[in-house]
Order: sequence, then C-alpha cells, then structure tokens
Amino acid sequence: MSKLSFGYEALDRTGDLNVGEIPELPEDRPALKKKQIAADHPTWCPGCGDFSVLALYFRLIEKRKIHHEKITTVAGIGCSSRFPYFVQGHGTHFIHGRALPYATGVSLCRPDLHVFVFGGDGDAFSIGGNHFNHTARKNVRLTYVVMDNWVYGLTKKQTSPTSPVGFKSKTDMWGAVDPPINPAKQAIAAGATFVARSTHTNPKHIHEMMDAALDHEGFSFIQCLSECTEFYEGAFDAANPRKGGEFNLVPEDHDVTDQDAAIKLADEVFPGKFGILYKVDEKSKNAKEQEINAKFQAKVEGMEDWEILQQNFNRMK
Amino acid sequence: MSESTTAAPDSSERKTSEISEAVIRIAGNSQDGIQAIGGFLARLAGRSEQDVMTFMTIPSTISGGPSIFQVRIGTGEILSSGDEADVLLAFYQHSYENHINFVKKSGIVLYDSDHVEPSEEHQKNYRHVGVAVSSLTVEAIGGSARDKGKNIFALGLITRMFDLNVEKLKKLIAERFKGKPESITTTAHNAFDAGYAQDVGNLVDLYEFEEPDGKLSNQVVMNGNEALAYGLIAAGVRFGAGYPITPWSDIMELLRRELPKYGGTFMQCEDEIASVSMAIGGSWGGRVAVTGSSGPGIALKAEAIGWAIMAEVPLVVVDVQRGGPSTGMPTSVEQSDLNIAVFGGHGDSPRVVIAPAHVEDAFYTAIEAVNIARKYSVPVILLTDQAIATRIEAFAEPNLKELCQDISPDLSAVADHKPYDLDANDGITRHLAPGTRVASGKYPVLTGLEHDEMGHPTSSRELHMDMQTKRRRKLQALRESFPATQVYGPDEGNILVVGWGSSQGPIREAVDRMRGAGESVSAIHIRYLNPLPDKLDEIFSGFHHVVVVELNDEGLNGYGQLAQLLRAKYADPKIQSICKTDGLTWRIGEIVERIHGFEAAQK
Repeated sequence: MSKLSFGYEALDRTGDLNVGEIPELPEDRPALKKKQIAADHPTWCPGCGDFSVLALYFRLIEKRKIHHEKITTVAGIGCSSRFPYFVQGHGTHFIHGRALPYATGVSLCRPDLHVFVFGGDGDAFSIGGNHFNHTARKNVRLTYVVMDNWVYGLTKKQTSPTSPVGFKSKTDMWGAVDPPINPAKQAIAAGATFVARSTHTNPKHIHEMMDAALDHEGFSFIQCLSECTEFYEGAFDAANPRKGGEFNLVPEDHDVTDQDAAIKLADEVFPGKFGILYKVDEKSKNAKEQEINAKFQAKVEGMEDWEILQQNFNRMK
Repeated sequence: MSESTTAAPDSSERKTSEISEAVIRIAGNSQDGIQAIGGFLARLAGRSEQDVMTFMTIPSTISGGPSIFQVRIGTGEILSSGDEADVLLAFYQHSYENHINFVKKSGIVLYDSDHVEPSEEHQKNYRHVGVAVSSLTVEAIGGSARDKGKNIFALGLITRMFDLNVEKLKKLIAERFKGKPESITTTAHNAFDAGYAQDVGNLVDLYEFEEPDGKLSNQVVMNGNEALAYGLIAAGVRFGAGYPITPWSDIMELLRRELPKYGGTFMQCEDEIASVSMAIGGSWGGRVAVTGSSGPGIALKAEAIGWAIMAEVPLVVVDVQRGGPSTGMPTSVEQSDLNIAVFGGHGDSPRVVIAPAHVEDAFYTAIEAVNIARKYSVPVILLTDQAIATRIEAFAEPNLKELCQDISPDLSAVADHKPYDLDANDGITRHLAPGTRVASGKYPVLTGLEHDEMGHPTSSRELHMDMQTKRRRKLQALRESFPATQVYGPDEGNILVVGWGSSQGPIREAVDRMRGAGESVSAIHIRYLNPLPDKLDEIFSGFHHVVVVELNDEGLNGYGQLAQLLRAKYADPKIQSICKTDGLTWRIGEIVERIHGFEAAQK
C-alpha cells in the first residue's frame, strides 16, 4: 500500500491500489481514443444539444493529446452540469451555481492543469451570476462553456435568465415578462478576456472555439446554444441552416480587441454572429498572483518554511 | 494588585510596593490609540518573562466611540484579564464615569485633568491622580495634532508608576514605527519621556513587579487571530479564500500578507459562498485549504460545507464567533454558533468541531484541525470567538522547526483507486489530487449526489445507508483517538463546571477561588465539540451537579447550546446551565456568584 508523503504523518491511501507494478508511460503517449475518454453513458434526453458539446470535448482531448490525469472537469448543478460523470478523468460535480469559484480554487492551486467548467444558463447567470462577473473580471485561467438552452430543464421547464420575453414556462404560464440576460455582452462588460458564441448544431465550430479557449491565458467563456428538445424545442432554429435559419460567422474585419465593437456585435438581434467576439491579452489572475509570490519569495530565498515563520515569531517577542 | 512586601525607604508619604500582578484598564475612545498602549504593555510583559492577558472592547461604529483596553500582567500564571482594575486610566469624563466602578476599593484612578472632572463621592473611595495628559502631550511634542501622542504619554506615566523597563519599552516603540520616518519615533519617544517625567510618585505609591521565576522565558506575544493564522501556516496550509467580516478579517489579512512568502495565496472573494467553494476547490487541488468567517458568513457557507461532507473533502472552516443572530453585536463575544457549527447543514452531515481555549491553544488547534481534516477527509470547523481573537497573551515560543509540516500532494501514479471504498479502514476516504494517473484508466468523480464507491451517482437505498454509515463511522473512529478528558480539581465533589472555548481561564480561576474558600468545585473543559468525547458520564458520576457555563442564551428549554448537546448525549437531568449574553467574557466573580445562586436554588 502506498503512502501519501505528507511530512507530518504518512497517510495510507485507500482502496485496491498499486497492485503490482505501474508501468511508466512514455512522454509521447498516443492520444486517448474516444472510448477511453467516455465514462458513464450520458443521462440527457435524446436529441439534447449537450451531446454535441460532450463529443467535441472528447475530440479536443484527443486532438490536443490531453491525458487522463490532466483532464479536469468541473460543473455545478443542472442537466448540462452532469458533464463530469461522462468524462473519464478527474472531475467534480459541485453545488448549484458555484462551479466557477470551485474551479478557481483548483486553477490557482494547480498551474499545471487547465480546468474546464461546464454548466447551464440557470447555473451560470442566475444562481451563479455574481461568480460569473467576478471570475471574468479577475481573469482566472480556466475555460467556461455554458450550454445555454434558455430554460430550466432538470426541474422541468421554469423560466431561465436567458428565456426570451414571451416564453411560456411553468413559472410564466402567460409568457416570460422580464428581459433576458445577454451572456456574451455581460461577459465582455464584466471584463472577460475571451468571449465566444457557438451553437450545438455546428460541431466544427464548437471545436474551434474550445481549441482557441484552451490556448487563452486567462478566463475564456463560450456561450454555446444547446437546444432542450424536451422543454424548448426549436428555440435555436433561427441559428440552424438545416431548419431554415442562418449561421453567420463574426465578420472577418471585426477587431476582437475592440470592446465597443464586441459589445455591439454581442448585442445583435438573435441569432446574431458566431465566433470569437472579444479576445484581449491581459495578465491572468494566476500570473498576477505568481508575480506577487515571486516578489515575496525572493525575500526569503533559500529559507525553509519554518525559518520564514520564525522571522515573524521573532518580531513578536 | 497582590502585594507581598512593602517598603518605604525614602519617604513617609511614598512607598514602593512589590506586587505579583496588576490589572490596568485604559479607557478612552477608539481613535486614541489605547490599544497600542495595551499592546506595548503586553509585549513588554512577554519580554520580561511575565504572563499577560488583555481584554478590549471596540465599538462597532466606523470611527470613534468609547473603547477600553485592559491588561493584566503578572509574575505567575494569568487565567483571565481580571475582574477589577488596580489602576484606571481615564481619558474622558465618560471613560471615568463608566469604568470607575470597575476599580477595586482604594485603587488608583489616573485621569486626564484636561477632560475629566472627578466626583467628590468617588474621591472618597479611590485614590485620584489628575495629570493634564492632553495639554502636557501637546507641550512635549508640539504641533496641533489634537489627541495624537497622548497614548504614548500615558504609557510613560504607567511606566513610571510600575517601574517598568524604560529601555525595552522605547525599543518596542521604535520597532512599532520601523519603516516610518525617523521623526515619528523621536516624537513618540518625546511623548513617552514627558509622561515618564511626571512624578506621580508624589501622589501615589510606586510598584515593582516581583522577580520572575524564569519559568516564562522565551515567550511570544500575540492575539488569538494571529496565533490561529500562524498555526494554519505551520500546519502547511498554503491556500485559502474568504470575505471580510469582523472579527475574522484579521486572519484573512494576515494570510493574504504571509502566504505568498511560502508560494501560497489567499483570495478575497466576491462573497462567502464563493470563498468556501474556492477553498474546497483548493483542497481538491491537493492540499487542505482554509476558509472562515463569523456567524452570518458561516450560515452562507453551510450548503457548500454540506457538499464537502458528502464528497468527503478535507477543509478547515474558521468561525470567529460574535454576538448573533444576524449582524448582532459584531464586536462582542458570544458562544452562540455552537449549534450552527455542529448542525448547520441540510441532511445528516457529520463534521468535526473543535474550539480552542486560549490564544496559545488557537495556534495548536489550527494545526490539529488541519491534520484531522486531512486524516479523516472531512470539514473541520474551528470554532473560536471574539474574545480569543482580540486578546493578547504571552506564551512559550513553539518549536517551529518541529511543528511545521509539508502537506504537498503526492501525485505519483496508482494502479487503481476507489475514493469511497466501503471496506476502507474506519470508512476513511482518501482522494487523489487531479494530475494523479490511475493506471486502470478509471477515474473518480467527486459529487454531492449520493454515490457508489467510484463517486458515480446512485439512487440505491442500500448504498445511501452504507455511505451515510461510512461518513459517520470515520468520526466515531476520530473520537476514539481523543485524549481522556481531564478534571481540573478533584474527581469527586459537589459541583462540576463544564466549559468550552475562551471561558476556560475564567472558569479555572473561579474554581481556584471557590476551592480556596473551601467549596467543593471542579471543572472540565471540552475542546472537541463534535464528536463529543466519550466517557464524560463517568466524570459526571463523581459530582452532585454538572453546570455548563457558556456565553449564549438558555434557549426555550432553559439550557445553553453545549448543555443541550450534553443532555442529548447523556440524558442526564443533572446537567444544568449557566448562560449569559452581555457580550463580555465571564468575570470571575460573576461565575462564582451564579454558581452560588444555582446552589441556593437547589436547596
């Protein structure tokens, strides 16, 4: 049985561990195949848009050669937040609305990992609305994919913060009366440094957005329209060419670093434009904290932890 | 003041008495820097191998308002900040009037004659010394900065009166202003010298502390929040998250300032919920993390703590209790968060609750909390209070080299892993930090849903019962490891006083006083509040009465929060309560009086 090498007291790891030798794997291991990445069979309804986001996450893992131990998937509560169970890798299914602060804790403690957070519109913009703004403004290095279906699905059709005015739900039987949030616009206004919009009916596009997000040094946010076939069928037909809609990309001449232009683009009438609306290079929270650390650690260079603490205690004598 | 010898070598009017301890209460407004005087005196005592304890009240206003700082310095062990003051230093009329009754009969009232008009009545009972503190300070340091520096002037006065070490104090003053312009230290020293030059000896006795016996060498002096925060650092905590709230904020400020030196960080979050969530995320990242708050913030964190219990993730949650409910009395002490600490969650959510007894204990309890959290993979609530948080004590310097721990995660590969193994020893879960390779290719998920051994959701009734048992069983195993509860005083007698948290010192002093008067009283102190230690009933059986003394309301059923827990565990009608909620720590006389009242009611 192996030990966790904690300095103070070695703790036994539990479970049926380390039976026999664990072979070292070569640095250039082959990429994982979909079969190796898939875990539990998704519990989503047939036709749900979330399937496509999951499939594209698998493809991203495969294409970018992310290995199991580095796959870090976090979600809150909701249909889409079941995500981590379906991915073979380290995962957390946290509480409603708080996936972002949880993932922030992981991101700041573990610079060696890229955390992916998945969730729905209720989780992100209603119960977790405050965290969305602050994680964006702090520019924490992680990717947040919100599968926006404009409705509460898990609790069976209540109005969501992105439900359009007039949407008939169980809590607005006569039609929603409050104006919806525009997630991309809000993200830009809050200070997000990577804001993209995609839709579940265009797999290639989702993959492109996730691929770009993975390389972004900071908070990357993807609003991915994901149809709820059960409670909001046809919500995104206007963005689906197969249903007579239009899928228009962000114009090539759009300056992604121009905040005003990005907000204007984000504000276009649905279905608007798809792609990266806004992307700027700003120092991430992780980098800023590392700079602070470097400055303070330079002052105590070569000292053991206890010696650093001893300095404080000497001042309290 | 406990006087042992008196000598009047040079004057029939003046004498210098040797004393073993003294209680000095400084009363003014919060912006007068009276806490600074108290801090200097406490630190001096620590350096002079004396024991010390302080007590302060702070108004919860934004700026200003009456405030006191009390310091009790002694050659022997100091258990409380003292019931009565030997010396009151009053800066204003309100300070004088509100605190004079706190001075012991024939004690000394030192007052600022620029602001205080003493009453004839009081002059009969107390020795009065008026010094024009305000105008003499201005005279000494010049300038028009009203009220600035008079605290240091007053420190000079006290130094003269108690024959304190001038050199050490001036050094402390210089250290305090280190990094500031030289002139600030010079000005402070001038104010100090001016105060010291006031020959109060013409008017009152001078005092000298007995030679220390050397038992208290190598002391450090700090308040409870500092001790707790440094304990967390010693324990190896390198990440935490919080939101500002009195009296917890000091801890997060200290961690924010210190952790970068160790390569760690502390995050100020947008709210309490984010901070607990972030800390749990950090814990999953591989190293026990900390969050904290006071009552209202703990209520907000409750859901996430429930998740950490369900997912079995280690976490330390500091609750610096204050007067509640709601915003309550933010700068006053209360022990009324015991219920939320033990039960504050939905569903059956067993967690660990430990309460430090004093400042030194806050340091060691922080280390213990981290280690319990790690070992049992469970949230530990470190239930401290405003009294411990703000009071300054001197204690033996810890051996940091031995105590400091490295709790970095082990990311070495494993063959297979089942986080929620039902066959695990004592039901204890051990998580793998992300980044750890599992050779079998089967990875665990952490979840708040009831789950199977791999962390995947289940609605199996059997698994729910088994997992619930597992989460409980590990805390029962923890309880087995607790040291036996020690009785303070004889094992048998009439009354057993039960206390917890910051009341330990006052309760022990009350027991000492009552035993000194021939009464049959003993005490126990409970540090582990959840799970409660076993075999308390064996101790109870040696006494006619068990009286739980705590700083909370007696509730609808007539029992304080710990008393209710003990009654639930032991179903013993002998367990009774003495409670109060005046926002102040227990005075010794108060405990004695309440116990006498209790005894009288039994007859």
